[in-house]
Amino acid sequence: MSSENSTLVKLNNAGFKQNDKWLVEGVSLTVEKGKIVTLIGPNGSGKSTTAKIALGIYKNIEGSVEKYTNKVGYVPQKISIDWTLPLRVYDFMLLTENIKEEAIDEALTLTGVIHLKNKNLGNLSGGEFQRVLIARAISKKPELLVLDEPVQGVDYTGEIALYELIKRISDTLNCGILLISHDLHTVMTATDHVVCLNGHVCCSGSPMDVAKNNEYKSLFGEKASQILSVYEHKHDHVHSEKGEIKKN
Amino acid sequence: MFDDFFIRALFAGIGIAFVTGPLGCFVVWRRLSYFGDTLAHSALLGVTMAYTLDLNIAISVFLISSIIALILIQLQKKTNLPGDALLGLLAHSSLAVGLVVIGFLTFIRFDIMGLLFGDILAVTTDDLLIIWTGGAVILLVLKLIWKPLFASTVNYELAEAEGLNPDRAKAIFTILMAAVIAISIKMVGLLLITGMLIIPAAMARNISDSPQKNGNIFNYWWITVCCIRFVFFIRI
Repeated sequence: MSSENSTLVKLNNAGFKQNDKWLVEGVSLTVEKGKIVTLIGPNGSGKSTTAKIALGIYKNIEGSVEKYTNKVGYVPQKISIDWTLPLRVYDFMLLTENIKEEAIDEALTLTGVIHLKNKNLGNLSGGEFQRVLIARAISKKPELLVLDEPVQGVDYTGEIALYELIKRISDTLNCGILLISHDLHTVMTATDHVVCLNGHVCCSGSPMDVAKNNEYKSLFGEKASQILSVYEHKHDHVHSEKGEIKKN
Repeated sequence: MFDDFFIRALFAGIGIAFVTGPLGCFVVWRRLSYFGDTLAHSALLGVTMAYTLDLNIAISVFLISSIIALILIQLQKKTNLPGDALLGLLAHSSLAVGLVVIGFLTFIRFDIMGLLFGDILAVTTDDLLIIWTGGAVILLVLKLIWKPLFASTVNYELAEAEGLNPDRAKAIFTILMAAVIAISIKMVGLLLITGMLIIPAAMARNISDSPQKNGNIFNYWWITVCCIRFVFFIRI
């Protein structure tokens, strides 16, 4: 497959301005089939905005977006559903596309919430709802999956399981994933390409490239990058006796 | 069969009920009850237009309400005012213009009470035709836009991200609202039309757990029909 065919969405120098304030500008990134691209950055750095630009939710943008697929699964960061609506988990799964019963059951089983299938959406806890959101996004077997902090509110063991699930989905469906997280640890292990944002692209590259970047260090502080480098220790470097980092 | 005024009224009521039931669900879910009021107020202007220019009332009301609705959508995009302020702005300015125009129509004897509360017993066979064909078209269109409209009611960004074009669905729904007001204004009246939209849907909400099941849609219709009957007995 040529590289052009495997591209799902491509941002060229994209930016978005709201009330004369740039939420994010000059972002270029590409999501390809079977690849996981992760956006990291502090609060207000434009991670969600970048995802929304990629999804085409924001229309009046600077730069351009090329989208090569319409099979998109989206897990938003915030979702305000009016609980006055009579809506069961089952109905919610069918929200944007008519999918088969087996596909619904499979997705709900994968995220561990099959027992909630006929419950009313308003009665779920935050973590349960988050799992339903992920199930909904994957049940339609998308080509592009956009996950905006997908594991928020999920308990710790569940969090790891869900990240494993995301990895597995990317392998089995061969879909491209745009993942947003500030959970540096988990992101670093599964991802192919990291883009670090702070109103603009601060740095990008493979997980290890980013971890070594000075700008990234100053953004997240010495401590976080130390935790990270200790973590990275298994992969690409060793610590000398004096505590200095030496590359393999 | 349609010679009897009461039979005509009954069929008009049932026809309107079929349309306002499902449409009313979206009015309740999308919190548009005040929006229905705004369109109904602007309908007064439509009625006066019909008298001045000698047009069909339903068509004239439909045109004016659609224009007001589309102005509203534009204003929502362009200004920072909250939705209810915009609705109030449009409702009362169109009402005011309508009343001023009525004031100038001295050559026509005009029963404003009839406009406010409607008269279901004065339905003609032509009105029946408008209600049933218009209603059928409205329901058909609603069926076509049901998925994007419902998805964007639940969450706009999800619908937009997954390619359902919610803006178009919203614009079409707004036109449908104008249409339902246009076909029912003569029977139900300016002040009561919002009630026809809200009350049945709000009642049906208590006995349903799912939006999409056909059975539940029939529930909505059934309750609306009951309401219409209720209105009948009060009015007679």
